[in-house]
Amino acid sequence: MYKLGIDVGGTNTDAVLIDEKLNVVASIKQHTSENIYDGIINAVRTVLEQSGIDRAEIVQAMLGTTQCTNAIVERKNLAPIGIMRIGAPASRGIPLMVDWAEDLKKIAVKTAIVGGGFEYDGKELAPFDTEAATKFFQELKEQGVKSVAISCVFSTVRNDHELEAAKLCKEVMGEDVHVSISSEIGSMGLIERENATILNAALYKVAQSFTEGFAQSLADQGVTNAQVYLSQNDGTLMTMDYARRYPILTIACGPTNSIRGASYLSQQKNAIVIDVGGTTTDLGVIQNGFPRESGVAVTIGGVRTNFRMPDVVSIGLGGGSIVRQQEDGTVTVGPDSVGYKITEKALCFGGDVCTATDIAVRLGMTDLGDKSLVMGLDEEFAKKGMAAIRALCEDSIDAMKVSSDDVDVILVGGGSIVLPENLAGAKSVTKHEHGGVANAIGSAISKVSGTYEQLIDYNEIPREKALEQARAEAIELAVSAGAIRETVEIIDAEDVPLQYYPGNTARVKIKAAGDLA
Amino acid sequence: MRKIGIPEIEDIALGAALLGAGGGGDPYVGKLVAIGAVQECGPVTMLDPDEVPDDALVVPIAMMGAPTVLCEKAIGGDEYKTLYDTVSTFYGKPIFAFMPIEAGGVNSMLPIAAAARLGLPLVDCDGMGRAFPELQMVTFTIGGGSATPMAMVDEKGNSCIFRTVTNKWTEELARSVTMACGGSVSVSLYAMEGKFMKEYGVRGIVTRSEVLGSAIRKVKEVTDKTPEEAFLEITEGYKLFKGKICDVLRDVRNGFNFGKVVLDGIGDYKGQSAYVEFQNENLTAVVDGEILATTPDLICLVDTETFTPVPTDALKYGKRVMVIGLKCFPLWRTKEGLDLVGPRYFGVDTDYIPLEERCKGGC
Repeated sequence: MYKLGIDVGGTNTDAVLIDEKLNVVASIKQHTSENIYDGIINAVRTVLEQSGIDRAEIVQAMLGTTQCTNAIVERKNLAPIGIMRIGAPASRGIPLMVDWAEDLKKIAVKTAIVGGGFEYDGKELAPFDTEAATKFFQELKEQGVKSVAISCVFSTVRNDHELEAAKLCKEVMGEDVHVSISSEIGSMGLIERENATILNAALYKVAQSFTEGFAQSLADQGVTNAQVYLSQNDGTLMTMDYARRYPILTIACGPTNSIRGASYLSQQKNAIVIDVGGTTTDLGVIQNGFPRESGVAVTIGGVRTNFRMPDVVSIGLGGGSIVRQQEDGTVTVGPDSVGYKITEKALCFGGDVCTATDIAVRLGMTDLGDKSLVMGLDEEFAKKGMAAIRALCEDSIDAMKVSSDDVDVILVGGGSIVLPENLAGAKSVTKHEHGGVANAIGSAISKVSGTYEQLIDYNEIPREKALEQARAEAIELAVSAGAIRETVEIIDAEDVPLQYYPGNTARVKIKAAGDLA
Repeated sequence: MRKIGIPEIEDIALGAALLGAGGGGDPYVGKLVAIGAVQECGPVTMLDPDEVPDDALVVPIAMMGAPTVLCEKAIGGDEYKTLYDTVSTFYGKPIFAFMPIEAGGVNSMLPIAAAARLGLPLVDCDGMGRAFPELQMVTFTIGGGSATPMAMVDEKGNSCIFRTVTNKWTEELARSVTMACGGSVSVSLYAMEGKFMKEYGVRGIVTRSEVLGSAIRKVKEVTDKTPEEAFLEITEGYKLFKGKICDVLRDVRNGFNFGKVVLDGIGDYKGQSAYVEFQNENLTAVVDGEILATTPDLICLVDTETFTPVPTDALKYGKRVMVIGLKCFPLWRTKEGLDLVGPRYFGVDTDYIPLEERCKGGC
């Protein structure tokens, strides 16, 4: 029994094969091809050949991909959609897509704000205006629209109106219409949640193409016995069917997978993960085995959203970062880099640019390329360069910490050879031989999760009881997403008191995750 | 007189986040409400206070309740018409113009939306020159103005106007109505005549907000000096400290957000330590045990790279911030002003000494 994990990034396509004890059996890293499926087919073929296993023994295949991000950023293959917000008389003061870029606004064929929605306490704000909704869906149908986004005021508290609207939409427009509802996509904050829902609706064709493409690539390689999953940005998995409905949730799964893979390789559940590439270094935090989520609004292709994203800081430091002596004698590293051309441009490979990698080779930290080509570098200069690398890295570690206590640090990525192994602020620094394909490993070992979010007045339900109920709800949600009940754990819990608010109301958010059945 | 369109709104919103002095709520959702109104009804005419006749009725507009709820329900759009009708009927004369009651935070934006939707002018004036947490904390209180008759409307069309015997009653009643209406309502308060506004209002504050916002937006374009020098020059800010957040202590009581953020010095301040105490807005800045600024002067934390304001609810360990002080409106420095918003009102046991005196001889 094996798991196959694949990560398709902008630069590299990685694949790993993992056995039932979660040992890495085979792995490959190669450039992402023009047609991503050729790359996937190649990668799968390579790991199958390396391992020599029977392909019928692969029971799960997981894909992490940046296809959705690229589609939004490049405005490619986005579908024409209809957008309906339920919330009048509230919320009308903010039109749909009010601060979107003009070129992206064009995806909306027709928009409407209809009556309905809820108050913070679940009381109905206004009855759902089924008449207006029906008329809107009929008009969309006449215009040949195939995908609809639906949002609703306080649908995170109660999603009745969204569900009713989704049902009505299918009745009017036909079963095959693609419906995205906001309560299944984002959290509190109508505009950000609605924006994510709109993007989701526009991505349905992209999702269709990459889910089918992935299934086809696997079939092509004779992997026909496997359950197929897609990675989400929170480090958990979704089924192909779910991914077709909620493709937006695949956004930013790359850094998430890399953080989770690093955590798995080092067997550490709480640490800072530093992923050093050729040009940039991403720092993330692993908390209880899952990436820490960003607390601020996340912008994708200029659109502000609020759904689950890992808290990642990127700095301009990588294996190919260019090292220079300044006029005042100081030595700087990056942010510019020779990138993937490192094997022709770096000194140790016979090039003429001094890179961070050359500094590491000169100081004997790693054995790469031809060492004699860098021995001409002044040792003092090299030491100053390494001090600059150290400072960049240590400052960022510090910025990611939540307290002044030292933390465990895990180094992954091809460029991690340029980092020193003793870093200020780090209790320990770990590297692993498979660190280069940490993201594909992260994809392969993902779990399934459920999240419960609600505003609760602790004067009505005591806090302890309210949290207990919320935990039970989250566990049920994880189980219904496909987790084995016995393995489900609460992985994140927060209750935040509301500001400027009398009484004792808090926003409660609980997330549970477990192993795949 | 000049026009306020969408680019101006963007800058005013950014400046309002700075004038929030740590509080006031994220202007983002308010900005969308203002942009929505301007997209639909056209740009807003902004008047200098001197362009307002002495006997004209000027009405400040704000929201009351939880910003979290505002972020979900936003504004319906018809509230301002209902407010207009309620208030002008009550006074028996038309409203001449709207204005913000506080220039900091989300309330800086809503009067722009009101002005756009009613086709009325906005006056370049407010009652704080920043953000404050309590109803009576406006310059108009010093002049004997009253928050009531205060009108409140919700997006469903419910409205009321009440007169109260004390500010405490106003708070009490307003909170009950806000909760019953779903946690966020639009209000008009401190309705006044042009003459009174000119005497006690903080003049030119919307323009100041716009200048601050544009300074932050363009700070990286400056070539003849460092971004930090440029930022301090345009904001007329006093640099109090630069450091890394090493601890944040918080306590929420009675709907107010109390706390203290502790900083370790970086750069020129290495080896020094500082803290800033807040109650929704920042109250005091203390460096190496010495108080460098107190309310009502503005104490603002900004990102050391982008100079974007860092509100108290976004403070977290490891973030690099610069602490700056901005001079408050002169009326706040009088005895009457300090009784309302001075350090002792907020439980800080120190006399108010103006920022520029505390910082004499360099901070």
